[in-house]
Amino acid sequence: MKLQLLVQHMINGLSLGALYALLAVGYTMVYGILKLINFAHGEIFMMGAFFTYFSITLFGFPWWLGMLAGIAGAALLGLLVDQIAYRPLRKAPKISALITAVGVSIFLQSLAIVVFGGVPKSFRGVYPAFFDKIFIIGGEIVEKRGRQVIVNGIRIPAMTIITFAVTGLALLLLWYILFRTRTGMAMRAIAMDSRAVSLMGINGNRIIALTFALGSAMAAVGAILWVGKYPQVWPIMGFMPGLKAFVAAVIGGIGSVSGAVIGGILLGFIEILAVGIMPSLAGYRDVFAFILLILLLSFKPNGIMGKKNLVKV
Amino acid sequence: MRPKKLSNTTQTILTFGLVVLAVLLLLLAEDNLNTYLVRIISLTGVFGIMAVSLTFVNGASGMLSLGHAGFVAVGAYTSSLLTMSLAQKQTSFLLTGVAFPLNTELLSNMPFLPATLLGGIVAAGVAFVVGWPSMRLAGDYLAITTLGFAEIIRIVLLNASRFTNGSLGLKGISPFTNVWWSWGWLLVTLLFFASYAKSSFGRALRAIRDDPVAAKTMGINVFRHQLVSFTAGGFFAGIAGSLYAHWLTSIDPKPTTLGMMLTFNTLIMIVIGGLGSLSGAVIGAGLFAVLSELLRVVESDTVLFGFRIAGISGMRMLVFSALFILVMIFRQQGIMGRKELTWNALWQKIPTSGKRGNRNA
Repeated sequence: MKLQLLVQHMINGLSLGALYALLAVGYTMVYGILKLINFAHGEIFMMGAFFTYFSITLFGFPWWLGMLAGIAGAALLGLLVDQIAYRPLRKAPKISALITAVGVSIFLQSLAIVVFGGVPKSFRGVYPAFFDKIFIIGGEIVEKRGRQVIVNGIRIPAMTIITFAVTGLALLLLWYILFRTRTGMAMRAIAMDSRAVSLMGINGNRIIALTFALGSAMAAVGAILWVGKYPQVWPIMGFMPGLKAFVAAVIGGIGSVSGAVIGGILLGFIEILAVGIMPSLAGYRDVFAFILLILLLSFKPNGIMGKKNLVKV
Repeated sequence: MRPKKLSNTTQTILTFGLVVLAVLLLLLAEDNLNTYLVRIISLTGVFGIMAVSLTFVNGASGMLSLGHAGFVAVGAYTSSLLTMSLAQKQTSFLLTGVAFPLNTELLSNMPFLPATLLGGIVAAGVAFVVGWPSMRLAGDYLAITTLGFAEIIRIVLLNASRFTNGSLGLKGISPFTNVWWSWGWLLVTLLFFASYAKSSFGRALRAIRDDPVAAKTMGINVFRHQLVSFTAGGFFAGIAGSLYAHWLTSIDPKPTTLGMMLTFNTLIMIVIGGLGSLSGAVIGAGLFAVLSELLRVVESDTVLFGFRIAGISGMRMLVFSALFILVMIFRQQGIMGRKELTWNALWQKIPTSGKRGNRNA
């Protein structure tokens, strides 16, 4: 493969991976605390995209305010989902909460179909024009049908640069909250031993609710960037990214935030490179993530950053 | 004093009587009801098979599998490709042509029974292959990998155009499925899983469900037992898929036809019926089929007091998922819990026997 092409694939992979990472962080935080796969996380991602879309197109918010509204809306939704659907099941068997999470996921999907309609809505033109700019590095100018075209250059859409910057900032903020504030300390403590934490006078349910809000906000940030890259919003858009982000969280070692970021970026990389190297398999793109998951769970079940899980009998 | 338990002979006679009664009822239904209702009755049987096989895997052995629709899809495609005539296949596979083993006379125009059986066998084979790596994983991961595998199956069906006709799907499948096929297969499914649950295999599975570590210490091969039950579930999912395809008469690899939605619908049935209860699964399937027909009203235009109310598409799924969450929060055990509807249970509850019951002893 040519070097430019390889660099191009790596940039694309990194920008996709950054989005997976933003989603995976939410999974891993909730799993760390509740030992629950929040199946509805992908749907919260989808809702975040819809909130942003309608804030800008329907309510006429400026684009940045629309994005903030999308993030706030998704955070609120995540909090509500936890309080309404998961909180009553805290003491129930783990599998009940998991099944409920599947139900919540389908509920939010159908809600979006009923309220927003099942037809995909184009996101083109919703964000200002400079989001659609494409920078080209290198390459030569060739005359084609009377027009000058650059070939063999490395194409970097403005959206990719924005994705890197925003993801970096969001993860930095998350790191600050988790490791430099008292709330973050409580979140980490609850993941270690929830009973001991409640004995220390910390309101466990408040911390869990905050975790959901934080994870959902991160998913919404991911969604806002996602629709800049793939400009379409529709009710099922969260299903596949949600599943893959969970795979990314498992690859990184579920429960570990840094692991989720590493896993997300790795998954994005592998997906893009695999299709780049074997273009004939483009239709099977979504399969790679799951094959990777199976391989990983067979050989290193705790993921890259995960701790060894010993079961006491 | 009447005896506390019914003798085995009485139970067998009662069960036999119930089957005869069901046959008579189905005969009556087929003769007197309109085609639409008869079709719904056959669909209920198909749903029943899906629900019973999933509840056995999920409830009886404690594995949360979310990949059921994948096996249903495999059964549906396999049997449909076998019952279609060669000419039919060649005209519908316009773009790509039919790949080798399917373009022979041997694998075309097959009667319904062997095609269904082969559909089940291929689905069981896929379930075995999928189960091998998945069964080594604990509960949560299993849910995700099975869901992932179902999605892989769907993607393969979408892309392997020479075998499956890609996104166009298969059309013009003969409408073989009637009440006899679907309820007959439901009876077979129930008989199989009821005796499975009673056998030493079933007892071992329940032990694994309640405490895998303790079961292991007792010398139960956890992996093998779970893999076998997963494969059995896959077989009957394939059977259900074959019946479903010949009920629908056209199938495609869209997520709404044989994808995640189907798994979720089946999950609703078994959660309403009670996770782990075979008779509960049948009740849940019946309720689901009836409710989803009744709720068709909210999705079609209706005229109420002279006002035209536009139907909202997707409303049914919203109602079902809300119901599903409510059941999970307020009545996790569903209708039956883990109990079965048996003659003995009925005998002890009702002083005068002779009420209808399910056949799971």
